[in-house]
Amino acid sequence: MRFERRAHRPLALVIASPVIAIVAALAISGALIALAGAPVLQAYYQIAVGSFGSKLAFTETLTRATPLIFTGLAAAVAFRAQVWNIGAEGQFYIGAIAVAAFGAQATAGLPAALAIPLLMLIGAIAGMIVLLLPLGLRLKFGVDEVVTTLLLNFVAVLFVSMLIEGPLKDPLAFGWPQSVPVADNAILPKLIERSRLHIGLAVAIAIAVVVHVVQARTVFGMQSKAAGLNPRAAKFAGVPLASTLIKVACLSGGLAGLAGAVEVMGVKGYVTTDLSPGFGYSGIIVAMLANLHPIGVIAAALFTAAMFVGADGMSRAIGIPSYIADVTVALSLLTMLVALFFTQYRIVK
Amino acid sequence: MGPPFSGRGVAGMSETPVLRLSGISKRFGDTIANDAVSIDLARGEVLALLGENGAGKTTLMSILFGHYTPDEGTVEVEGRALPPGRPRAAIDAGVGMVHQHFSLAANLTVLENVMTGTQSLWRAKSDTASARRKLAEIADRFGLAVDPDARLGDLSVGEQQRVEILKALYNDARILILDEPTAVLTNAEAERLFSTLREMARQGLSLIFISHKLNEVLAAADRVVVLRGGKVVAERQAAATTKEELAELMVGRQVARPKREAGKAGDVVLEAIGASLVVDGVPRLSDLNFQIRAGETLGIIGVSGNGQGQLAHLVSGLSAATAGELRLFGEPIPTGVEALVEAGVGRIPEDRNTEGAIGEMTLWENAILERVRSRRFSKNGFVDRAAARAFAATIIKDFDVRGGAPDRRTRLLSGGNMQKLILGRNLHDQPKLLIAAQPTRGLDEGAIAAVHTRILEARAKGAAVLLISEDLDEVLSLADRIRAIVKGRLSPPLAADEANAQKLGLMMAGDWNKDSQHGEAGHAL
Repeated sequence: MRFERRAHRPLALVIASPVIAIVAALAISGALIALAGAPVLQAYYQIAVGSFGSKLAFTETLTRATPLIFTGLAAAVAFRAQVWNIGAEGQFYIGAIAVAAFGAQATAGLPAALAIPLLMLIGAIAGMIVLLLPLGLRLKFGVDEVVTTLLLNFVAVLFVSMLIEGPLKDPLAFGWPQSVPVADNAILPKLIERSRLHIGLAVAIAIAVVVHVVQARTVFGMQSKAAGLNPRAAKFAGVPLASTLIKVACLSGGLAGLAGAVEVMGVKGYVTTDLSPGFGYSGIIVAMLANLHPIGVIAAALFTAAMFVGADGMSRAIGIPSYIADVTVALSLLTMLVALFFTQYRIVK
Repeated sequence: MGPPFSGRGVAGMSETPVLRLSGISKRFGDTIANDAVSIDLARGEVLALLGENGAGKTTLMSILFGHYTPDEGTVEVEGRALPPGRPRAAIDAGVGMVHQHFSLAANLTVLENVMTGTQSLWRAKSDTASARRKLAEIADRFGLAVDPDARLGDLSVGEQQRVEILKALYNDARILILDEPTAVLTNAEAERLFSTLREMARQGLSLIFISHKLNEVLAAADRVVVLRGGKVVAERQAAATTKEELAELMVGRQVARPKREAGKAGDVVLEAIGASLVVDGVPRLSDLNFQIRAGETLGIIGVSGNGQGQLAHLVSGLSAATAGELRLFGEPIPTGVEALVEAGVGRIPEDRNTEGAIGEMTLWENAILERVRSRRFSKNGFVDRAAARAFAATIIKDFDVRGGAPDRRTRLLSGGNMQKLILGRNLHDQPKLLIAAQPTRGLDEGAIAAVHTRILEARAKGAAVLLISEDLDEVLSLADRIRAIVKGRLSPPLAADEANAQKLGLMMAGDWNKDSQHGEAGHAL
C-alpha cells in the first residue's frame, strides 16, 4: 500500500473533509464517553440541546464563537503565508488590556460611535505590536517564530497579570485581580436583548468576508500566498518578501488583538487573567478545520463554540466532565489533518 | 582484483543473464507506463536505458527494485525470480540502487550513512571497526576515495553520489542501477563517474544506468536499450550506433536542434562595467566587463559553481553589484525585479521548480506574478483576473504548453511544458533583453528544440540574449560570442564560429592570457 499524490483535489472532498473529520472525532470521543459508562447518544443529544436547544443556548454559542472567529482568522491569514503565529493567545490579552487601559478614562468623553471603533483599533494595534516583535526577529536573525510567539503568550499573560495587580487594578473590586472596567460608552450594543450576544459577531463575520476578498482578489493576497508557498520563487518574481510578511503579521496580530478588544467591550467590561479559555489556541484548530479559508472559519468557530457551550450543559445533565469538549475539539484537529492528507493523496495498492 | 568479482567481461552473453526482466507491464489508471518490457543484463556489462521523460524508465527500475508491483511479468536475478514488491528481497539478491535524489542523511558521517540499515536495531553495540574496514576495502578496490568520517552535508554533490554508490556496494550489490546519475554532476564529475562505472564493470559488476542524454550514453555504455511510450523500441551496441540514430529512436521522429543564423547586431543593450559582487565577505563575481547588443547572444560557459548563479541573479535584479555597475541602454540598470521587468527584461531562472514557478499556484497566477502590480493586471490593488486568465490562455496557445489551462495548478505540467510557460511569460511581449540561465537543464530532446527555437526567435526579433549554460552544444548552437566564467571572472570573448571543443575547454579551465584580462574592456565587442 502506498500513497500517491492526487493530480486534482476534488472540490467535493475538500468541502467534505472537515465534516468527515468532525464525525470521526465525535465517534472517537463517543468511545471515551462509553468507556466512562454513560450513554453516548444521550450525551451528544445533551450537547446539541446545550448549544442549540434554546434561544439562550444558541446566543451563548454565538457569543462564544465571536472571539474564535477573530482568532481563527488570525491563524488562517498567518499560516497561509507560512508565518507560524502560535501567539494569538498573548495578542488577545494585550489587545484586551490595551482596551481596558484606554477605555476606562481616555475615551470616556467620546460618543460611543467614535469610542468603540477607536478602541477596536487600539486593541488591534496592540496585538500587531506583539506579533511584529517575533517577526522582526525572524526577518533579522532567522529566529523561529513558532518558539518566540508561543513563549510570548506566557510573557503577555504575566504582563497583564502585573498590570491588573498594579497600575490598572480596579480599586472597587474588593481586592480581586481585575482591571478597571471600560466606560459605558465603550460597551458594545447587544444584537439580541436580554442575551450576552453583542454586535462583535456581526463585526467578526464582516471582517471574515473582507479577509476573504483581500486574500482571493487583491495583489497583496496573491503576493502573500506566493511568499508562503515558495519564498524563493516569490522573490524571483519580485514579491517584496519582508514587507509582505510584515503586512501579514499586522493583519494576523491585529485580528487576535481585536478578539481581545471585542471580548472586553462586548462581554465582560474588564480584564482578568481568565478572560480567555484558550481562544488563541483554539483559533489554531478553528483555522485548520476551516482549511485556512476565511469563510470556513465562521463555521469552524461555530462548531468549536457549540462543543464547549454544549459540553457544560451535558456535564450537568449526565455527569460526564465537560473536558470531553476539549478532547473532541483536539481530536477534530488530528482527524482534520488526516482528512486534509487524503484530499491530497490517495491510497494505491 | 577481489575474488568475488572475478571479471568476465561482456563476452559471457551466453551464460544465464545476471538479470532478466520478462514481459513487465504496469498501468497507472489509463496510462501504460510499461508495456511488455523484456531486458537481459549480462555479467560485467554496462547497459544504458535511454528514453525521454515519461518513457517509463523510472517505473521499470522501481519495479525491478520492488517499489512497485508489476501488473504482469517477472524479474529474475541469476535465474531466480524475485518476489514482487519487496525492496528487501531485491537488496538481498544483490540489486543496489543509486537514486537521482540521494537517500542519505546530511547530518551523519559517510560511514554512518553507509552502515544505516545494515545492522539490527536491537544490537546494543554497532560494529564500527569492521564496517570501516569493509568500506575502506571497497573504496580502494573501485577507486572511490571518500573520507569515512566526513559529515555528508559537507561533501560536494559528486562526493555524495560516490557515498550512495559505496552504500550499495557495501550491501554486496552485484547489479547497480543508477537513475539519471549525471543530472546533478559537473562535466568533470561525470567523466570521473564514467571511469568508475567502467572499473566496476571490469570487475564483474553489472550496471544499468538511466539517462536521456545521448552523449553520455555513448560514452559510458556497452549496450543501449531505447524505451519509448513504455515499450522497448530498439536495442543497439553502443559502438555500432550514432547520436543521431539514438535521438531519432528516442523521440520517434527526426529532431534537429535549430541553429543560429548570422544576425546583425544593433545598439548596446546591456553593459557591465567592472561589476563585482561580494556575498558575506566572499567575492563571487570580480570585475566583469561585457556588452551585449540587440540581436546578439552572449553565451557564458563554465564548470558549475564558478559564479553562474550569482551572475544570473545579478542581471535578474535579485542582487545589486557591490562595485562597478550594470547599464541598460546606457542608463544605470533599474533596481528591483518589478522595474527590470517593466523595462523589458525577460528572465528565465536556473531552476524552474524552486524559482521559476510556484507549483501549487495556477498557471494564470504564475503567468502574471512578476507583473501583478502593473496596470495591465491589477487596478487599485485588485487583481484583474479576466486579463490574467486571457494572458495565460494566450501563452498556452502560442507557446504550446501541453496539458495547460489557466486555472490548472502548475505542478501538473511536465518540466518541458513548465519551461514553455516561463518562456511564454517572458517572451510574449518581446523583451529587449533576455536572460536565460540553464534554460534546458533536465529537459528532453523535443522540449530542448522548442526552447532553442524560441530563444533564437527572440534574438531574431532584436532581443539581446545572455545565455548562461553548462551545455556546450547548446551554447555553440545559440550564441554569437562565448565567454567562460571561472572563479567569478570572465574570459575574453571568442566568436562562436571560431570555437571548438579544445578552445572552450581551455577557456573553462581559466587558461586565458592574464594580460588580456586588464585590456579586456578595450576589445570587448
